[in-house]
Amino acid sequence: MSHDLEELDESVCDGLLVDSEGWAFGGSFEDPLAGVDLTVPDGVDPVALARTCLALGDDALVLGHRLSEWCSRAPDLEEDVALANMALDLLGQARLLLTRAAAADPSVVPALPEGSPAPAEDALAYFRDAQDFRCHRLVEVAGGDFGRTVARLLLCSTVRLAACDRFRSHPDPVLAAIAAKAVPELTYHRDWSARWCVVLAHGTEESRRRLVTGLEDVWPLHHEHAAAYDVGQAVDAVLDQVLGAAGLERPARGPRLGGGLGGGPGGGHTEALSLLLAEMQSVARAHPRGRW
Amino acid sequence: MSPVASPVTTVTAWGAAAAVVDPEMPMLTLADLGVLREVAVDGRRVEVTLTPTYSGCPALATMRDDVVRSLARAGWDDVAVRVRLDPPWSTDDITPAGHAALRAAGVSPPGPRTVHDGPVPLSLGPVRRAVACPRCGALGAALVSEFGPTACTAVYRCGDCLEPFEHVKEH
Repeated sequence: MSHDLEELDESVCDGLLVDSEGWAFGGSFEDPLAGVDLTVPDGVDPVALARTCLALGDDALVLGHRLSEWCSRAPDLEEDVALANMALDLLGQARLLLTRAAAADPSVVPALPEGSPAPAEDALAYFRDAQDFRCHRLVEVAGGDFGRTVARLLLCSTVRLAACDRFRSHPDPVLAAIAAKAVPELTYHRDWSARWCVVLAHGTEESRRRLVTGLEDVWPLHHEHAAAYDVGQAVDAVLDQVLGAAGLERPARGPRLGGGLGGGPGGGHTEALSLLLAEMQSVARAHPRGRW
Repeated sequence: MSPVASPVTTVTAWGAAAAVVDPEMPMLTLADLGVLREVAVDGRRVEVTLTPTYSGCPALATMRDDVVRSLARAGWDDVAVRVRLDPPWSTDDITPAGHAALRAAGVSPPGPRTVHDGPVPLSLGPVRRAVACPRCGALGAALVSEFGPTACTAVYRCGDCLEPFEHVKEH
């Protein structure tokens, strides 16, 4: 019993993969803020608002990509699903934030080749170069092993939760609503990573060694991230609680200065961001009109 | 020409939108789930307002398409689906009818969320929930996995009847 390939093409793949407009997976995009009033309120600087949304959105996009690298590779199935879901939460936040940034200040959206159907959020995600990203170096560096992944996620989610908790009262109601929506999601991310810190620290000699090494690796990039959102104090209290429960000292290493490529909010980006973007953006850039 | 002969009203439009089921938990309608915020009729045009459950919930696009299809079947051709983020959805928005529908399908409904003042507290201990087995009603089920067939459910096993079941996590 063999299926004629042409026949199969006609029955299933036609409708599923390419619609009448030729764009893979459909020609009409779902606007994550469809129908939301995107007028920037009086007294809010649209350029500064877009910059804030880009920083928060780019942090979410890049860290979400790093977490998604664990798909099918996590220590067990439950943690695989947990990591993939945290990546999905961050991707959802990134979509809302990039859409908000583009509406507040359309000049941040890169020009696309004529005929490209990509909406503003995709233009921002896939067609900007590394120097135009506003994410922090902490989310960029390679995830390393599970210990380092947990350590980085603890630092990132603690800062991001404190920042979003504060942005709930931002004068822009759209950013305030996006932040309020993110808070319960980030609460889970922080609890998950904090619990794993305690488990790894009190597990075996090897699990403790990996966690400590991972924390020391990413610690020098923590300060610029926390300072950018002005949440150092609230974050310190939470980190002390986690480190105390884990029986760990705060790493002694000071902040890492400077940056490789320049342009990021903390004074630069890492080479890791360029490599990450090369992979993440390659398909969209190779097919800007969405046809192949 | 409209396929509907009788006068169309906001109530029928609401009914058509509210009857759409959640793509991942089909025992719940959008109204049960608490994501259907508003249905406004203006002449022949219907505007439906949905709120996403999680920021990245992939089911929202399917819900939107299903709402458009369901309203088209009820005779509404001009349908716009809008998003509203504020106030954010929580599992407290699942209606009593939704809780009953979950139980009837063998799924344990979420308990009330803990509300806090000030900074969000860190929770270092294991997650503890007062979960009752939806089949036999016994308490004291054991957590098997924080993630079930969909990300928003956890899997428990009843200590009494030993049956595994899903629990919708408080969010």
